[in-house]
Amino acid sequence: MAVSLTAPAATGGTPEAALATTEERPGTSMPGPPPGYNPDLERIEIELLLEGVFRQYGFDFRSYAYASIRRRLWKRVEAEGLANLSDLQSRVLHDSDAMERMILDLSVNVTAMFRDPLFYAAFRDVVIPLLRTYPFIRIWHAGCSTGEEVYSVAILLEEAGLYDRARVYATDINDVVLQQARRGIFPLERMQEYTENYIRAGGARSFSEYYTAKYDGALFDQRLVRNVVFAQHNLVTDRSFSEFHVIFCRNVLIYFDKDLQDRVHSLFYESLVRLGVLCLGSKESLKFSKYDTCYEKLDATEKIYRKIR
Amino acid sequence: MKNWMRPKRSTGKSGDQQRASDDADPTAATVAYHVVVIGTSWGGLAALRVIFEHLPAEFSLPVAVVQHRHRDSDGLLARFLQEQTRLRVCEVEDKQTIQAGAIFIAPPNYHLLIEQGHFSLSLEAPVRYSRPSIDVAMTSAADAYGHRAVGVVLTGANADGAEGLRRIADMGGLAIIQQPTTAEVRTMPDAALRWVPTARVLPLDRIGPFLAALPAAHPQAAAR
Repeated sequence: MAVSLTAPAATGGTPEAALATTEERPGTSMPGPPPGYNPDLERIEIELLLEGVFRQYGFDFRSYAYASIRRRLWKRVEAEGLANLSDLQSRVLHDSDAMERMILDLSVNVTAMFRDPLFYAAFRDVVIPLLRTYPFIRIWHAGCSTGEEVYSVAILLEEAGLYDRARVYATDINDVVLQQARRGIFPLERMQEYTENYIRAGGARSFSEYYTAKYDGALFDQRLVRNVVFAQHNLVTDRSFSEFHVIFCRNVLIYFDKDLQDRVHSLFYESLVRLGVLCLGSKESLKFSKYDTCYEKLDATEKIYRKIR
Repeated sequence: MKNWMRPKRSTGKSGDQQRASDDADPTAATVAYHVVVIGTSWGGLAALRVIFEHLPAEFSLPVAVVQHRHRDSDGLLARFLQEQTRLRVCEVEDKQTIQAGAIFIAPPNYHLLIEQGHFSLSLEAPVRYSRPSIDVAMTSAADAYGHRAVGVVLTGANADGAEGLRRIADMGGLAIIQQPTTAEVRTMPDAALRWVPTARVLPLDRIGPFLAALPAAHPQAAAR
């Protein structure tokens, strides 16, 4: 499979050229169909696969952004040693272990602690003062993945002296990542990057106060999650479950198509109190959504919005 | 295959056979392109400047630029490039519409995906240490726009872009490579040439005028 993807012979390259390429770039970095694969047929296969998964398992990936889900599906085809997307459909429908592996591919979103430090700095400057005016704060991390953001925000709240009045709900579609988030163990080799992020975000303490190094993991202080409820929630199919003062949904909606984004924005809109705060990823925008006029920008660059109507 | 078994929809232009027949087709010269993806790394800033100087204000193809840079870079690249051109330059936001005559910069630390009519961003793992990855962007352009995609690989110190450009060529699109001798670092164009030996090779100062002369179509028109 990998060979047929990488061999340049199809455009008339010489065998020598093929060899040189193979040596320089072993394997392929680009999971995808072999040359000549019919793109219309490919789309049919993907739609059938996702429809089957929805009807058999209830996970609805049908409105995910096409280019990205396509990449991930082909990666899974390769990892399973299959030839095409129809084979993958057959495998995941008959083999729930294969389905679980595919769900991981489709739903795991990589993140980092204090990703986009300037966002956290802006949150500290702009949102924390607003939160001080509430006696009780409800926060929702929608699509929390492995929890890096949950711990980062907890640190922020702790340092602002607001943690004890906060109730934090951290949800994800994927139970495996939720278990990781609960454990709060992050790779030790990333602590240098996270420490730099923390400092750039305006963190005033020593970042290492918050974790204990063990083997190759950094175990975060469990006191940071004493007010956090980790729970499975599916943004695509589940409804709102409370009213929130702040919703974080950063770099989750980028994997959804426009229609699904709008549906989730409607869920967020209904789940926010008046003047509640919505935090999106720094390259996401309400501009392309119909909820644009319902919010004002608290920080236009860092995509911090406040519901005004 | 029996006639009644033929796929209902044609494959459009895909695969090498199709491309070969395109070359023989006199109407192939009038293919209107929908999107240009430029990929570059080391030396890219100076090279992009030269290209943009040659794009007229009425240039009507959307241009997506994938330039490797540090994950914490700010909007400096977009501001710098804006000073070189009268075309509108912006850093892409998720689901932004692909508009004619504008230059779209892949934001640092995200993959740029080109879909029909709009961009998407992704935080999937870096590909060959790169995010944004030129391979990812070009592959998605090839898949969304088929033979109406144009890929340009410029100077750079790694082999990113070779595989993506190959996909553009495989789908019948137009593959352009900066002539390695005119590149600040020739690793990237050399690698692309090994993957796409049939690509059009142009010296840096010819790439802008060449793009400017390409027939363009409004990008919102159906790609296939």
